[in-house]
Amino acid sequence: MALLEMRGIVKEFPGVKALDGVSFALGAGEFHSLVGENGAGKSTLMKVLSGVYPHGSYEGDILIDDTVRSFRNIRDSEAAGVSIIFQELSLVKELTVGENIFLGKEPSRFGIINWTELYHKASNLLRDLNLEIDPRIPVGNLGIGQQQLVEIAKALSKDARILVLDEPTAALTESEVETLFNILEKLRSRGVGMIYISHKLDEVFRMSDRITVLRDGRTVGTHAAAELTKDKVIAAMVGREVGDIFPKPEHEFGETAIEVKSLNVFSTDRPDKALVSDVSFAVRKGEVLGIAGLMGAGRSELLMAIFGAWKGKFGREISVAGRPVTISSPADAIANGIGFVTEDRKRFGLILEQTILDNMTLAGLKSISGRFVCNRTRESIAADGPMKSLRIKANSPLSIAGTLSGGNQQKVVLGKWLLTRPKVLFLDEPTRGIDVGAKQEIYAEINRLAKEGMAIVLVSSELPEVLGLSDRIMVLHDGRVTGEFARSEATPEKVMAAATGSN
Amino acid sequence: MDETIKSRINTASLRAYVMIAVLGLIWAYFHWATESIFLTPRNLSNLMTQMSVTGILAVGMLMVIVSGNIDLSVGSVLGFAGGMAAWALAAGYSLPTAILLAIAVCVVIGLVHGVLTSYLNIPAFIVTLGGLLAWRGAVKWLLSGNTIPISDESFKAIGQSYVGSSVGWVLAALAIAFVLVMAIQRARSIKAYGLGEANYGGELLRSILPVGAIIAFIWVMNSYEGKGVPIPVLIFVAVALFGAFMTTSTTFGRYLYAIGGNADAARLSGIDNRRNVLKVYMILGALTGLAALIFAGRVGSATPDAGTLKELDAIAACVIGGASLVGGRGTIFGACLGALIMASLDNGMSLLNVRDFMQDIIKGSILVAAVGLDMFGRKQS
Repeated sequence: MALLEMRGIVKEFPGVKALDGVSFALGAGEFHSLVGENGAGKSTLMKVLSGVYPHGSYEGDILIDDTVRSFRNIRDSEAAGVSIIFQELSLVKELTVGENIFLGKEPSRFGIINWTELYHKASNLLRDLNLEIDPRIPVGNLGIGQQQLVEIAKALSKDARILVLDEPTAALTESEVETLFNILEKLRSRGVGMIYISHKLDEVFRMSDRITVLRDGRTVGTHAAAELTKDKVIAAMVGREVGDIFPKPEHEFGETAIEVKSLNVFSTDRPDKALVSDVSFAVRKGEVLGIAGLMGAGRSELLMAIFGAWKGKFGREISVAGRPVTISSPADAIANGIGFVTEDRKRFGLILEQTILDNMTLAGLKSISGRFVCNRTRESIAADGPMKSLRIKANSPLSIAGTLSGGNQQKVVLGKWLLTRPKVLFLDEPTRGIDVGAKQEIYAEINRLAKEGMAIVLVSSELPEVLGLSDRIMVLHDGRVTGEFARSEATPEKVMAAATGSN
Repeated sequence: MDETIKSRINTASLRAYVMIAVLGLIWAYFHWATESIFLTPRNLSNLMTQMSVTGILAVGMLMVIVSGNIDLSVGSVLGFAGGMAAWALAAGYSLPTAILLAIAVCVVIGLVHGVLTSYLNIPAFIVTLGGLLAWRGAVKWLLSGNTIPISDESFKAIGQSYVGSSVGWVLAALAIAFVLVMAIQRARSIKAYGLGEANYGGELLRSILPVGAIIAFIWVMNSYEGKGVPIPVLIFVAVALFGAFMTTSTTFGRYLYAIGGNADAARLSGIDNRRNVLKVYMILGALTGLAALIFAGRVGSATPDAGTLKELDAIAACVIGGASLVGGRGTIFGACLGALIMASLDNGMSLLNVRDFMQDIIKGSILVAAVGLDMFGRKQS
């Protein structure tokens, strides 16, 4: 009898089918891993399971103990024994360990909390997991690893029978990973069913009974772990033709446009934790360097640090066109001819309540419009170029950026950087969450820019995109370069093997 | 003109029209309730003089608010600067020295607030709340709790005198000439950049409203016993024009809206958020100094409690004028109109002998209602 069964789950977002008939089953005491590329639908599936996307917003059935359940929210799914530990911790740092574990369900009478009982229960729970953590200290005083373990204790306090772990080891040290797996082993023997999501295939194979691979919102297959090898899993994850959607025009490269040496980047809240370690690379004029890697590999951090925009500690040497330069702020980077189409356009790219025109001219405002006094007419004329060449679909340059579709918003961000006339262009997830038509247009633009001699660094989680657009691919895993391939020798399998750290 | 431009212009100017209509209603009501005293040249001249201090503060405050910050200390700083000027005059310094000292002190205070907020990352609310207390304390210390009378007639003139009616007409002529030159310039630039034919007729037609407003304004001011435009009002108008120019036509102004709208996006676009926030606090400082001179000149003395609660008037003016306290949204025109509405309420209720506690209750309620209606209107659209 299956503890959990999800049947034919379909979840659509405007323009995108995130899940397309996914089925998934979990038995009591089973350790079932869920793997796939970024955007394959793993997180969406778990959000459906936990009621973040309520019943009715998706198609298909969720059965627990062979009964169909319709969760309206997280509370409902928790009541049914589902508990999810997300990548981003959901603990309140100022509260104590005990308060966090029992947040929202404090043992109380008439609204008065029984602190003795709360801490007594909390310490029993922690002892049960062999954790030597004082329940009375604030969570913020613990390391990230221990916080993760507190999160698990919290899940167990809700009598979770189905425990979902989404990249739980991303921030953990090796010994903390060991502790985690010991606890998971213990939970398995108690009959807790676990869904384990991870990019690290070593961990996936360590405990899994079964492994399910998702790709493009569909189930590729579910197999007993014993029947699988890492290579087979990687093949299933990427197994997709890199078709003719990426016509790659051949052209010559020029001299080196940018060279970065010994780049190190450290976490903003854990200055001792390296996110990028000793990365060096160079890009020539007209060349597209693709940077592949899975979530948390350090790709965006790498670009941020080169651009002078990383808020934590970092160090590197940069030369542009063969000349060493100092870049300590985005303004320095722009002055040296570097443009940066940032990821997450709503957060880092656009001022949503302003017009297309205002957004597009922002980065190059002083050169487009005037050092001190703005010339709106000149701005309109300058913005007209990218409006047309990128085919931004809007009623006018005075449309509000926030009202545009994702694809057009992304084109506005790209247009903004083209107006700074960069010689080196960084693109971080330039096609995330946009429709196929807009993707094609952005691909064509990237090829055109490269042909005109721009040096391009492309970070993308979509493997076909990186393989199709790049002349050379550098693969990061855990902040280190684990592979570098010329266009001719790069295959999805090789890149994925390097990205999962299993080459 | 296509739909979006139309709807954009409509939503932006609809707000302004609604506010002007509200102001008209308030004026009409007071005129009726005061039995035709409110809308006389004499009262309008007084009303404009009364609003000029709040108006000048609101212009600076608007820029700070647009950048996503706040300044709660302007009332206390205003008191302190007035105290400095009076102290300098009493100590025998010349008038220009006293004026420069007051303004310089305010710019330095703005610099301090700006550094603490943007470079040391202390929230603006806390920095300026501290400033509200500390500068009030400073002025009490400076004046030893006493009122210092100002005897210098030229200093008092800053707050009390008028430019004669002929000078008023000269200013009007200059202003009208400026409006017309700008109109011709706009029409020309359309042609120069190849965006179409120069439409001189259309641009001149658009100038009719501002030209009419200038003439009406000077005419009303001159009608008050031939005194002309009050000096404080003249300074306020100049400050408002300066603010409008800074916010709409300079890179600095555009950066303020960008920083307030999305600080991360602004930073990644190469904008030095910290330096621009520092600058905006210094500008507010300079304007506070100017307002302090007018205030002290009008009262004819420096008192330890001068300017108390002025910060709230300035913030309220901005908010009534449509500024968002989160940043990124607001106009100088709106803030000035907001200041005029606030001043009209004060003036009208005083004429009606409304008890002062009742005045506070009414003003407070109107502030909350204005913002509530604004939020409601935004949700609808």
